[in-house]
Amino acid sequence: MLAWTIYLSFAGALVEALLPKGKNALARWFALAVAVLGLLHAFGGFVHGMGQGRVVIVDLAWVPSMGIHYLLAADGISRVLVLLTGLAAVAGVLFSWNIEVRTNEFFAFYLALIGGVYGVFLSFDVFLLFVFYEIAIVPKYFLIAIWGSTRREYGAMKLALYSFVGSAMVLIGLLAAYTTSGSHSTSMIDLAHAGLPVSFQMWCFPLVFTGFAILAGMWPFHTWAPTGHVAAPTAASMLLAGVVMKLGAYGCLRVGIWLFPHGLDPWGFSLLGLGSWRDVFALLAVIGIVYGALVALAQTDFKFVIGYSSVSHMGFVLLGLMTLNQIGVTGAVLQMFSHGIIAGLLFAIVGRIVYERTHTRQLAELETMHLGRRLPFAAWAFVIAGMASMGLPGFSGFVAELQVLVGAWMVRPWWTIAAGIGIVIGVAYTWRALQKAFFSDVLPTAHVLEQEHEPSHRLAAITWPEITGVIMLTGVSLFVGLYPRILLDTIEPAVKALLAGGGQ
Amino acid sequence: MNYTDLFRATLSETALEIAALLVLVVDLGFLRKAALKTRTAVAALVGVAGCGAALWALQMQGSTGLNYGDSVLLAAGGYIAAAQAGILILTALTLLLLIDSVFTRNAGEYVAVVLMAAAGGLLIAAAQDLLVIFVGLELLSLGLYILTAFAKSSGKSAEAAMKYYLFGGMSAAFLLFGFSYLYGITGSTNLHEILLAVYGWNAYRAAPLLYVAIVLVLTGLGFKVAAVPFHLWAPDTYEGAPAPAAAFIASVSKVASFALLISISTAASHVFDGRPFTAALTAVQVPAVTAHSPVYLGFATPWMLILTVFSVASMVLGNFAALAQTSVRRLLAYSAIAHAGYILLGLAFFTHSPLSTNAILYYILTYGLTTIGAFGVVSVVERATGSDKLDSFLGLHKRNPLLAGILLVLFLSLAGIPPLVGFWAKFNLFAAVLGAQSGPTPFALVALAIAMSAVSLYYYLQVLKRAYVMPAVDETPIKAHPVTLIVLLAIAAAVVVFGCFPALLQGWIASFYI
Repeated sequence: MLAWTIYLSFAGALVEALLPKGKNALARWFALAVAVLGLLHAFGGFVHGMGQGRVVIVDLAWVPSMGIHYLLAADGISRVLVLLTGLAAVAGVLFSWNIEVRTNEFFAFYLALIGGVYGVFLSFDVFLLFVFYEIAIVPKYFLIAIWGSTRREYGAMKLALYSFVGSAMVLIGLLAAYTTSGSHSTSMIDLAHAGLPVSFQMWCFPLVFTGFAILAGMWPFHTWAPTGHVAAPTAASMLLAGVVMKLGAYGCLRVGIWLFPHGLDPWGFSLLGLGSWRDVFALLAVIGIVYGALVALAQTDFKFVIGYSSVSHMGFVLLGLMTLNQIGVTGAVLQMFSHGIIAGLLFAIVGRIVYERTHTRQLAELETMHLGRRLPFAAWAFVIAGMASMGLPGFSGFVAELQVLVGAWMVRPWWTIAAGIGIVIGVAYTWRALQKAFFSDVLPTAHVLEQEHEPSHRLAAITWPEITGVIMLTGVSLFVGLYPRILLDTIEPAVKALLAGGGQ
Repeated sequence: MNYTDLFRATLSETALEIAALLVLVVDLGFLRKAALKTRTAVAALVGVAGCGAALWALQMQGSTGLNYGDSVLLAAGGYIAAAQAGILILTALTLLLLIDSVFTRNAGEYVAVVLMAAAGGLLIAAAQDLLVIFVGLELLSLGLYILTAFAKSSGKSAEAAMKYYLFGGMSAAFLLFGFSYLYGITGSTNLHEILLAVYGWNAYRAAPLLYVAIVLVLTGLGFKVAAVPFHLWAPDTYEGAPAPAAAFIASVSKVASFALLISISTAASHVFDGRPFTAALTAVQVPAVTAHSPVYLGFATPWMLILTVFSVASMVLGNFAALAQTSVRRLLAYSAIAHAGYILLGLAFFTHSPLSTNAILYYILTYGLTTIGAFGVVSVVERATGSDKLDSFLGLHKRNPLLAGILLVLFLSLAGIPPLVGFWAKFNLFAAVLGAQSGPTPFALVALAIAMSAVSLYYYLQVLKRAYVMPAVDETPIKAHPVTLIVLLAIAAAVVVFGCFPALLQGWIASFYI
């Protein structure tokens, strides 16, 4: 059932590419249908998989001479992230309802990207995973370069090159692991049991982990993220922040930590207080959390605020992974899901609902527009999304970040303290953006009020896809926040098995 | 050896030569009054039929080689047959691209020269003897010089041919000089005998001359595969030659030259593994090395060292120089240099098992296929816009969406993006390098190669960016000849299908070993 998410998306992309030009409505509805079908399959797979461990979906010999398998399987982590992809895909289509230029091509690239993402989350063969991972890079480039805004060609090229360099590092590491293990099989289940030498894992782990973490926005390799997010069209920034950054974090967990567990062992000496790769990456994650939040606080462009907040929130995912304990890693996976939903929502509000009407994202200009009065829907949606992003109890972000912080405390308390500072700054930048964009206290003059009623200055009404999308995403975040067990019951056994080494 | 054996061992070459003569007879004899289009089409089709006949002959020939006494002149079967089949298929594809071309009025002569050059390619793919190698190389090269100059009304074409010819003549002289040294110090012209003789030496016996010979030979062969520092001809030739000729040079000539390099590497590794020569080896007395004697490196070490240097230089210079190009043909030339660098890495770290051979063949065949397609697209765009500058690709997705789609597939494959065939080519090759020898050196070189292919994505995207992203200056549709379009579509489809099912092509290559 889950495998159909991949095939449906790629088939949908192919059909979109062949659709006649100019039939924009058809292209939209078709893309929505494909995305919804994908979501239904993802949801079906999630419900069906409750209480089950790792289930192999397909296992075929793909390149028999090299032991490469076409091996699709799903455990709890995969099922949750596939569900996230389904939700993000549907929301992304809803928020790109206003794409009028080359519509069918847009959705063709969009669905190809989605297909690649589904594929990564379901692959249990390292090279199959790598193939899907790379498939996701190229559509991203075109989505941003063609339909993007501010400095789009620069942002797109930067993102493509960062991704490609990251995946080159991953490929080097995987090739080395494949030859070191004796070149028999590339199935991750086999490689995890291959007993790679500790000294080998010691240098291969940081290579692979960094390669994936570039896409997860790890400081100091995060600089593609804000420029990419800002340049991207709304749906693409939603996907970038919502699922593509999760690809990186997922690779860190699934390939990095699972296949090279001893890469995290202590070095046996300590340098500047760092005694293992675990300390190094945790430090980078904590720096990312605080640095991302501080930079977000100083932005003048609304979308850059959200872009840097993504860097900060992804820092929690990486920190959670580095705790290596049950609660921290579970928190990291839940944070991937939660941030995927919330970041998608924030980008949708900023990029689609606000920017498409005001044509500016400068906070200073938005301040004079009184959007709180003129776009109450956007204002309230942002209030809810902002609360979720700050990590208020009742939203998914709270449960996830709390678990990460608890997990981190059990290892190194100062990680928690530093990350806690990041959360406080997070409240500040969200508050600042909210206040400047929607609720400025500059009172409108009579002249301004008059102007607002002229037809040429009136802001377009909120459309139904926007309302549906916002309700869907806030609903999911709220539901998971109030009843986190729905996801945790699926994530926990999978994390336990993964940390134990071999899996079930 | 008698003439019957010779005929049986060179059946496919003979088929090509007969086809070449037939083309001339048909074109000059029967079609003198016909329109140029008809003549071009008929000549190309006869040429394709000739390639088909040669392919059939190859099948018939099986593993019948040609021996002179005990020494092998032409080997057959195995990777050689796979390379030869590849040469014939790629030749047929470049001939099909000719149908749409207008650069010459002498279509018959063009096809005849292509077929003769392809026969030279078949010869060097099979050759195991210095003289046969040289004859085959000259047959191929002379054909290529003529093909480069074939657009007689174009000054660029003449200039390119002149440069190619001067460099080529010089490199052939080096090669011959190296061969003469090899013969002089070993007394044999057979690859296996030379390597066997060299194996038994010590440092006192003619070793310096051996190194000189290796350098000279590699100079000549490095020129053929456009390895840095013997690459200077490539950008000019790729830019000036008529498109089908450039496609032929970039694909068929490369396949043949790399097949030759595989032959030499195989012979060298055979000697060292001693597999087919076990009996002979026991007869050779290996002198004991004393503490005072200078170290004798043999053949393989300097050979490998030079190939590694070529490889690194080609990967780095090819990729970085390609970044600065504004002409797509020159860009393809530098990318060809870079790809040659990757393949040379596979040759430098070579094992006698089919692993390395298959990976290199896989790479060069798929590269040849993709690059023919790339030149096909370039030639269509060039005819419509009058230039091969990057900017003439502006808005291609509007002017001809199908052509833009083909360009997307081919260039992404060249960049090595999965699931296209270019990814598997690189993957096989690098896995073979790491499998051939463990240790930090091959690993560091593979890491460099992968890093360089990350660089290459940038310049391939520069072309795709113009085709898809940047606004069109001129939106008039570009029309392509249906045959060209079908050929290009078939190539793009092959790139996708072989990429999604990589075992297909591996199975095809392996099928020649039976």
